[in-house]
Amino acid sequence: MSEPALVLFEGVGKVYGQDEAKTRALSDIDLTIAKGELVALTGPSGSGKSTLLNLLGLLDRPTAGRILLNGIDTTKMNDAALTDLRAKMLGFVFQFHHLLPAFNAIENVMLPDWGHTGRPSADVRARAEELLRQVGLGQRLDRLTNKLSGGEQQRVAIARALVNRPPLVLADEPTGNLDTESSNAVFALLRQFNRDRGTTFLVVTHDERIAAACDRVIEMVDGRLTKDARRSGA
Amino acid sequence: MPFAWFVALRYLLTDKAQSGLALAAVAVGVSVIVFLSALIGGLQTSLIDKTLGSQPHITLRLPREAPRPLVMPTPTAASARKIQSTSQRLRSIDQWPAVMASAERVPGVTALSPTVLGAGFAVRGNAREPILVRGVDPERFLAILDVRRKLVAGRFDIATGDVVIGVSLADNLGVGVGDRLHVTTSEGIDDTVTINGLFRVGNEGVDRTWVLTSLRHAQALYALPGGANAIELKVSDIFAAEDVARELHDRTGLEAASWMKLNAELLSGLSAQSSSKTLIEFFVTLAVALGIASVLIVSVVQKSREIGILRAVGTPARRVLQVFLIQGGLLGLAGAILGSGLGAVFSTLFERLAVDEGGVPRFPIRLGLPLFAGATAVAVLVGLLAAVLPAIRAARLDPATAIRHV
Repeated sequence: MSEPALVLFEGVGKVYGQDEAKTRALSDIDLTIAKGELVALTGPSGSGKSTLLNLLGLLDRPTAGRILLNGIDTTKMNDAALTDLRAKMLGFVFQFHHLLPAFNAIENVMLPDWGHTGRPSADVRARAEELLRQVGLGQRLDRLTNKLSGGEQQRVAIARALVNRPPLVLADEPTGNLDTESSNAVFALLRQFNRDRGTTFLVVTHDERIAAACDRVIEMVDGRLTKDARRSGA
Repeated sequence: MPFAWFVALRYLLTDKAQSGLALAAVAVGVSVIVFLSALIGGLQTSLIDKTLGSQPHITLRLPREAPRPLVMPTPTAASARKIQSTSQRLRSIDQWPAVMASAERVPGVTALSPTVLGAGFAVRGNAREPILVRGVDPERFLAILDVRRKLVAGRFDIATGDVVIGVSLADNLGVGVGDRLHVTTSEGIDDTVTINGLFRVGNEGVDRTWVLTSLRHAQALYALPGGANAIELKVSDIFAAEDVARELHDRTGLEAASWMKLNAELLSGLSAQSSSKTLIEFFVTLAVALGIASVLIVSVVQKSREIGILRAVGTPARRVLQVFLIQGGLLGLAGAILGSGLGAVFSTLFERLAVDEGGVPRFPIRLGLPLFAGATAVAVLVGLLAAVLPAIRAARLDPATAIRHV
């Protein structure tokens, strides 16, 4: 029997509001993402990218269809089970990095495991240190994150997304707030972890250069998938 | 350190202004509670001590003599009659040693003393003062009212029929230790006694009238050979005195008057004072709770996005709940420690500054571990309760909305 797809959307729809205030954000999405892919998700503002990311990130529930992660149907899970699955299977990189300013770099990176299990673990600390070294912040472990530059903060966010060794990382405009040099550095890191660890990335981006550098580009317009193209040789 | 404790402490330490405000609210509240309790507790203890320093907890006496009509109405004949109340004679309690033995077995009774109580006059030269003679067995009496500790001159020696009298009585008669005093009792018996000691219990009525002598001497002064017209008792729990008195009445048939019945006005005053203290404490506690709750609510609103991130990266809602409950509890605990210290300082200063001419505090205060422990327990509980609403609000935040909109 073949291995299940990492991500499987079957006829997924999302409607916000009720009656006359109803807004259809996603319509009938079918999507499969295999393990190890580096996928770009593009589209104009309001096309449904963030909604799709929230559904895939188990932060929201679809109003139609079902979403399977690694073959597990998430549609009927309760909140606690979704939180548990999020901690084990997903990493998040947000556009504005969303680090906790009261915590230093290493504490921020340890958050996903520490917050999930409730107790700090030496193993996770070692992993967090190693990741911060890999993203070039080995000398800034104990620095409060609001004392770091934008690019450095986003690198901490990437380390945080990877600390639990999730099979899938969702990155919402990870380079949207960075200058070209920092953007390149951040994307290079994503690519490096994708190659070295086989981590699957879904990157929402407006940056055509970034999209073009991904293995596959999915485009959305008005809540529907309008393009799904693989880069030749990917 | 567990995650919830770590985050709670970090938030409290990072938001210094907010934590400081909440801490100040709790500390001021707790210090008011400590101060008020120490003051009112001390005042009440002092009042009760003063009252019970000059009267036994319970006194057993014969019931008052009731008039007996000479002509009784019959079913067939009516009769006009006028009943006059009887004058009360000094009578001994029948078989008082047996009554004492029976009373001793009543639970709560810790000491008993047979007494001859009678009125009279003390005469010295031209001065003539009304007196209350108490003939007692010294050992038994001192177990109930320790007058020996209240002596201001001489010694407590009444064994040979000599007397110990109140200091105001001595002043009025112009006598001192070693002087002789002429006593005339209500039974018309005269005697001359030597004053062996003077006491001051702090109750003017007692200090101006009491003449303490031996039981045997008083029996002679009141023509009650071998008798005792009252039995005085001490109980273990002073606030159970009325219950014990009822039980004593049921067992002995004697009139049992507890200090609570004799000082009903004092007790009702103390009770009113306690009620107003409770009311003030309730509103102070409420204000403290609202202070903590509003600071935590603001904190939840300010940290919505961070809470959203914590939830998004896998922190369960119950752990977010814990973070805010711990913050409430810690604010309560730290505020209580600070407030207890402040309250203790205020109370002690107040006691030292508000003194009479003799340097005796007008408002004695009562501080103690139970007061601090109680105030701390209340503050922690209030902190936790005040944090419930903000904590639930935080735990219910939708991570997607929190991250997107805040």
